[in-house]
Amino acid sequence: MELKFTLNEVPRVVEISADTLLLDLLRSMKCYSVKRGCETGNCGLCTVFVDERPVLSCSTLAARVEGRSVVTLEGLREEAEEYGAYIADEGAEQCGFCNPGLMMNAIALYRENPEATDDEIKEYLAGNLCRCSGYEGQLRGIRSYLEFKKGEVRHE
Amino acid sequence: MSKLSQKEYRVVTKPIRKLDAMQLVTGQAVYTDDVTPQDCLVVKLLRSPHAHALITDIDTEKAMAVPGAVAVYTYKDVPQERFTTAGQTYPEPSAYDRLLLDRRVRFVGDPVAIIAAETKEAAEMMLARVKVSYEVLPAVLDFHTAKDNELLVHPEDNWRSLCPVGADNRRNLVAHEEDSWGDLDKTFAQCSQIVEKTVHCKANNQAMMETFRTYCEIDTYGRLHVISSTQIIFHVRRIVSNALGIPKSKIRVTKPRIGGGFGAKQSVVAEIYPAFVTWKTKRPSKLVYTREECQIAASPRHEMEVHVKVGADAQGHIRAMDMYTLSNSGAYSEHGPTTVGLSGHKSISLYANQLQAYRFNYDVVYTNLQSAGAFRGYGAPQGIFAVESAVNELADRLGISPVAIREINMTREGNVIRSYYGETATSCALDRCLQRAKEKIGWDDTCLCTKVDDHTVRAKGMAIAMQGSGISNVDVGSATVRLTEDGGYALVIGAADMGTGCDTILAQMVAEMMECEMSDVTVYSADTDFSPYDSGSYASSTTYVTGKAVERACLELQEKICALGAGMLELPEEQVMFTADAVRSEDGSKAVSLTEIATKSMCGNTEALQVTATHSSPTSPPPYMVGMVELDIDIETGEAMVVNYVAVADCGTVINENLARIQLEGGIVQGIGMALYENVTYMKDGSIAENSLMEYKIPSRMDIGKLDVEFESSFEPSGPFGAKSIGELVIDTPVPAIAHAIYEATGVWLTELPFTPEKILEAVEQGGKYKNN
Repeated sequence: MELKFTLNEVPRVVEISADTLLLDLLRSMKCYSVKRGCETGNCGLCTVFVDERPVLSCSTLAARVEGRSVVTLEGLREEAEEYGAYIADEGAEQCGFCNPGLMMNAIALYRENPEATDDEIKEYLAGNLCRCSGYEGQLRGIRSYLEFKKGEVRHE
Repeated sequence: MSKLSQKEYRVVTKPIRKLDAMQLVTGQAVYTDDVTPQDCLVVKLLRSPHAHALITDIDTEKAMAVPGAVAVYTYKDVPQERFTTAGQTYPEPSAYDRLLLDRRVRFVGDPVAIIAAETKEAAEMMLARVKVSYEVLPAVLDFHTAKDNELLVHPEDNWRSLCPVGADNRRNLVAHEEDSWGDLDKTFAQCSQIVEKTVHCKANNQAMMETFRTYCEIDTYGRLHVISSTQIIFHVRRIVSNALGIPKSKIRVTKPRIGGGFGAKQSVVAEIYPAFVTWKTKRPSKLVYTREECQIAASPRHEMEVHVKVGADAQGHIRAMDMYTLSNSGAYSEHGPTTVGLSGHKSISLYANQLQAYRFNYDVVYTNLQSAGAFRGYGAPQGIFAVESAVNELADRLGISPVAIREINMTREGNVIRSYYGETATSCALDRCLQRAKEKIGWDDTCLCTKVDDHTVRAKGMAIAMQGSGISNVDVGSATVRLTEDGGYALVIGAADMGTGCDTILAQMVAEMMECEMSDVTVYSADTDFSPYDSGSYASSTTYVTGKAVERACLELQEKICALGAGMLELPEEQVMFTADAVRSEDGSKAVSLTEIATKSMCGNTEALQVTATHSSPTSPPPYMVGMVELDIDIETGEAMVVNYVAVADCGTVINENLARIQLEGGIVQGIGMALYENVTYMKDGSIAENSLMEYKIPSRMDIGKLDVEFESSFEPSGPFGAKSIGELVIDTPVPAIAHAIYEATGVWLTELPFTPEKILEAVEQGGKYKNN
């Protein structure tokens, strides 16, 4: 079947099967930031935005994004660079495999709640597993980024 | 920080950002499945539903009739020489007990057929259409009864053990050893307090976020090119050569970025199957393990039961230790003979200061359960759980504090450690780690158990730990350093950065040695065709062993650069010196820049400005640490939550403070998972209950309270810049520290992992401390 949707702001028309998962479709369209870490919706690695809301692309049928806007980390390069630098400065990216899904949700967190407390950060990102970092370094990085953005707002 | 270190370093010790960090956080395509074609053959494995069976018939006709079917390979199609998939230096201590496919299947999940198809859909349909008939056999499912059982897991005649590890397939033995020192019976007889304990650790999964995956293709020269997510490129080359029966020279192995390993990828779990498909079909192929395959048929921790007996005199001097470890290697022997050793060598050795006798015996057995492998800690967490629990109980019985009993007994710098190959503790800040951890958590400030509210208590617990730094006299680390055209340096290594940051750490060493900036150093790793030989990244070896090779390569390269520079300055070599960006005459009046030297090296030059150095260490100096936990226990539900974990580690000089801290924090969280959540349950048929991340619960960020870590460094004279290792040590303390806190809260010592709410609640009831609540 034919699927029309917007991928990273570019209108696309692709042929899919009724059971194609959004994750597999996006990887087939060279959005390699989108990763599969489990098959059970537990790890958060495959997080993308559908109409600006974070969803698990492993648990979303591609057909469900008909007419909608999908954004992967490939479409958020500048934001990811600015934000990610704070994670990198903690060494908390480690193996990096969980990073794209984490960055997607961390960006969503910032957009939704730029003044998030530590507990709110932890809760918002609870669905993003990381086996390397122990989470503390990621928390430090996110906290520093939110602080930096607060300062930016103050200076404007 | 580093009190013993004489020198202030410029690049080493600094919290430098990882060279690949920005590529990773922005989600660039750098992993195996990203950098290899998507339109290659899809490889899948049909797996045994039986724990032990003989294949009587395989009908592949219907599978081959599926549109897109390319091949189904069975045991009839594969070489008949046995090999091991354990990534270890040859001759491997693990027995040669595997075939690519065997007529006898030995655990639920053992491969029965290799399937290759044009698409994933076709491959999955083929899996359903291969018809296999089995003669189901009785299985060895209890590792207590495996040794000398009449049922044999490996009855075959071509089973081979290459090393004298006490292996015997006719007895289901993967390894057996007896080791002792001093007069054990006499020493125990003189002890006034003896604690005996048996602990049981499960076959935990590494659960790295990137599952096993390998792509293979035939290169321009007709050779097999294996691109894989592996910690051990050179061992992969040998093992694929053994499995396929083709020369090593026909194989090239490269690794892109790795999405986590933790030892899982120190075994050749996936590589041999697509390698066989590509070698047979001469077409590119790829195998990506599902999470379920990772959980049931990979390379988890060895399930161990550790029995320990610790004896002390009335003053708390620990005089005797007796340990017996029973380790379950599962259906194959991978890492079985070696992991077990650490259960004793890394636990008994914590108490060298007053010890007068020890015995350490072990058996490692075959069972019809999933085969184990290497996982961070490599046997040490199991042994340390036993010994640290026993020492905490001993302190309790003697009425002295757990901190005090360590102060009396723990290994100190200068101690000869009999149970650790007789090595001397050349660098050990365990005493300072203990002091600092105690201060940070306020160990003496409150009782070890206090009430938080009407149904929650907060208890403290502690443990100490050690690991090694590489495998002494075995591990080989190498580095090639060359002057680049623009006057910088290229570092080429065979070690594998699996997220740990070794590419960056080794580049820092180059920058330190060559007096340049980090931006002047490029790193390339790892490729069997280009990298100098390195045993690979495991056994806490890379910083310590390969780092030393980097140091030496840099020194030798400076000499070569000076020789060429001297010629250009028309001075004798002994009258010039290497400075950051140039070779200068001794008086500084004449200089030739590195860029000019690099340019000269490409014109009329006969001496390569490139050095490869190789290092191996006769010792494996242990890093040490102290872990102290504050654990909240709900006495109504049995739920436990780590609210604060203090850890102070001595890994020698800290080469990169950020990366070492993340190792420490990440390892502690894995240890907390091991202690509280991560279970592996074998069902009656030998299958595993926890076959997904839904059932195998690893810690999320909601499960962890505060982590409060720091370093208290010693200076290891044999290490690069005084460094030891950090990677494995960090997982060792949470299990015994949490068990200790549970005891302080409930009055019961838990001995079987994980400490689930059910077990804790049972302990609360059994302990009877809260009957009035």
